[in-house]
Amino acid sequence: MTQSDGTHSGSDAGHMVNGQMVTVDGTPLKASLKRAERKRTFIAFLLVAPLLTYLLISFIFPIGQMMWRSVDNPQVVTTLPKTLEALEDWDGEGLPDEPVFEALAEELAIASANRTVGQLAVRLNYEISAARGALMRTSRSVEDFEPPYKEDFLDAHRLWNDPAFYRIIKREGNPLTASYYIAAFDGTYNEDGEVVLQDENRRIYIDLFIRTFAMSLGITLITLLLGFPISFLMASLPMRHANLLMIFVLLPFWTSLLVRTTSWIVLLQQQGVINELLIALGFIGDDGRLGMIYNMTGTIIAMTHILLPFMVLPLYSVMKTIPPSYVRAAKSLGATPWTAFWRVYVPQTLPGIGAGAVLVFIISIGYYITPALVGGQSGQMISNLIAHHMQTSLNWGLAAALGSVLLISVLILYWVYNRLVGADSLKLG
Amino acid sequence: MAVPTYAGPLERIWYYAFRVLCGLIFFFLIAPILIMVPLSFNVEPYFTYTREMLTFNPDGFSLRWYQDLFSSESWMTSIQNSLIIGIASTLIATFLGTLAALGLSRSEMPFKGLVMGLLISPMIVPLIISAAGMFFFYSSVGLANTLPGVILAHAALGTPFVVITVTATLVGFDHSLTRASASLGAGAGRTFFKIQMPLILPGVISGGLFAFITSFDEIVIVLFLAGVEQRTIPREMWSGIREQISPTILAVASILVAFSILLLTTVEVLRRRSERLRGMSPG
Repeated sequence: MTQSDGTHSGSDAGHMVNGQMVTVDGTPLKASLKRAERKRTFIAFLLVAPLLTYLLISFIFPIGQMMWRSVDNPQVVTTLPKTLEALEDWDGEGLPDEPVFEALAEELAIASANRTVGQLAVRLNYEISAARGALMRTSRSVEDFEPPYKEDFLDAHRLWNDPAFYRIIKREGNPLTASYYIAAFDGTYNEDGEVVLQDENRRIYIDLFIRTFAMSLGITLITLLLGFPISFLMASLPMRHANLLMIFVLLPFWTSLLVRTTSWIVLLQQQGVINELLIALGFIGDDGRLGMIYNMTGTIIAMTHILLPFMVLPLYSVMKTIPPSYVRAAKSLGATPWTAFWRVYVPQTLPGIGAGAVLVFIISIGYYITPALVGGQSGQMISNLIAHHMQTSLNWGLAAALGSVLLISVLILYWVYNRLVGADSLKLG
Repeated sequence: MAVPTYAGPLERIWYYAFRVLCGLIFFFLIAPILIMVPLSFNVEPYFTYTREMLTFNPDGFSLRWYQDLFSSESWMTSIQNSLIIGIASTLIATFLGTLAALGLSRSEMPFKGLVMGLLISPMIVPLIISAAGMFFFYSSVGLANTLPGVILAHAALGTPFVVITVTATLVGFDHSLTRASASLGAGAGRTFFKIQMPLILPGVISGGLFAFITSFDEIVIVLFLAGVEQRTIPREMWSGIREQISPTILAVASILVAFSILLLTTVEVLRRRSERLRGMSPG
C-alpha cells in the first residue's frame, strides 16, 4: 500500500499521491472502491446462496440423477463381467463356445446367491421378453450344471439356443445404453442389431407425443379464442368494472385444481348436470346420454377451464397498456372497424398473445392430474405414461428417457418464452 | 365503453353480441365452480340436482355430507396434514425466497440471469418430472414417506413464487430511502427492518400465500413421496374421485372454494396496498 512511502500526511480525505487518488487510510481510491464493490457482490451472493444451495441439493440434483437413469446401464456389466470378456471372442454368428458358458455358469451362480440376478433378468427382459424366464429358471439350477456347461444351458431354456440373446447381452454389456431412448421413440433392434421402428401395432410413444402436443396446441388455441374477447372487454372498461370482472378470472385461478376437476366430473358425467339438463329440455333421450368425460373431450374441456386464467392474465396486462388513440386514428383515416382492429390493434397485443400461448402450452404438455382423472383412455398424455412406468411397470429407465424428452421440450419452450417476455415479468395474480 | 352515438345498426348489433359472448365466457369460467356448491347440500348421494332442490324444498337439502366430512377420521387427518405441510413449507420458502430476492435485486449480483433461471426452475419443470426425481432422491436419504420429506419438497416448489413476487416489489423500491436512513445514523439491520421490510412486506406476504396455495393444492409430489400417514386434502380427494366418489368430496370442495375466495381477497388487497405504497397506481 502507499502508506509506507511516507510522502503524504494521511490526515485529509481524497488527496493526490504520486498522481493517484487515495482515501483517508492511504489506499488508492480505485482499489478501495473495488474492494467495496467486491464486498457488495459477496453480500448479494450470500443472500442468494442459501436458496440456491437448497434447490441445487433438493431439486436440481435429484432431477439430474433421475435423467441419468435414462442412460445408466449397470446391470449386465456388473453381474456378468467375465461372460462379456469371453463374448469378445465370439463373432456374433451361431452359438458362442464353451468359455462363455463356463463364465455364465460361474457368474449366474454368484448372482443367484447374492440376489442380483433379478435385476439382471428385469433389465434383459426389456430387450427380449423371454429373458426373465430364462435367467430365473437357469439361475435356480445353475449350481447343478456340470462341464461342459453349454449343453446344460441349451437344455435349461430355449432362449439359450437363440444367438440373438447373446448379441443382446453383448450389446447391453456397456455401462451406458441408448436403448431406453430408442424405446421412447418406438424404436427397437432388429435381427442384425440395427435400430428400426417397432411394428405398427406396438408403437405407443410417438403417437402419444404427437397427441400430447396436438392436445396442448388445441387447448392453447381454445384458451386464446376464449381469452382474447374477455381480456379485450376488461381492458376497454373502466378500472372499477374491470376489477370486478377480474374476479371471474381470479377465482378459478385460486381454486384448487382438484376442486375444478371434480366440478367438471359433476357437470359432464353420464348422470351429471349437463346430461340431466339436456334430457329435461328434451334435446336427447335417456338412452342418448353424451359421453363427455373419461375421454379426450373431457380432458380438453377441463384443461381449457383450468388454464384459461393463464392466458387472460398476460393478455389483459398487455392490452391495458395499449392506448386507444391508435385505433381511433386508424378509423379517422378511413379504416373500417375490422381493418382498424386487425391491422392496428391485434399486432400490438402480440406480446401478450405470445406470452399467454407459450405459458399455457408449457403447462399443458406436462399436465398429469386432470388427464389421469378425467382422461379415460383417449385423453391420456405423456405424463400419465411416465407415471405408469414410474409406479406400475417400474421401468425407471424408460420413465427417465420419456421424462428427459418432455423436460427438454419444456426447457426449449421456456427459453422461447423468456426471449418473448423475460422471466422476471411473469405475472402472478 | 358505451355504444358511440355515431355507431350504425351493424355496430350496435356487434356491440351487444360481443357483450353476450363475453358473458358466456365468464359464465364458463365461474359456473363450474359455483354449480357444485349447492350440490354439496344434496340429501341424496347423487351428483345432480333433484326435483326437491330445484323447487327449494327444504327436504331436498341437508348437511349430511358436511357431517360425514367432520366425523371422518381420514379427512380430519388429511386436513391436519395439509395445514402442517402448507404452513411449514411456506415458512421455509418465504424465508429463503425473500433472502434470495433481496440478493437478486442488488445490481452487484453476478450471473443474475443464470441464477434466476435456476431459482424459478421448480415452477417450470413439469411436476411429474420433479416428483419422479425427488422420489428417488428422498428415498435414498430416507425422507420418503415422512412429513419432513413432503415439507422440504413443497418448500422447493413454493420458492419461485416468493422470489418472483418479492423481486417485483423490489423493482419499484426507491433506494434513496435506505440511503436517507443510513445518513440519519441507522445501521444496516435497523434500516432493513424499519424501512425496507415494511415496504416489501406486501410482496413477501403474497409470495407466501402463493407458496402456501402451491403446497396446499399440490398432489403429484404427494402421490409419489407421501405414505398413508401423510395424506393431504388433495390426496384424499384424488382417491375419493378415483375410488368411491361420494358427495363428501363436494362438501370439501365447497369449503375449499370459500377458502380460495378468502385467499384471493387477501392477495388483491395486498397487491393494491403495495402498489399504492410505491405510488405506482392510484387504485
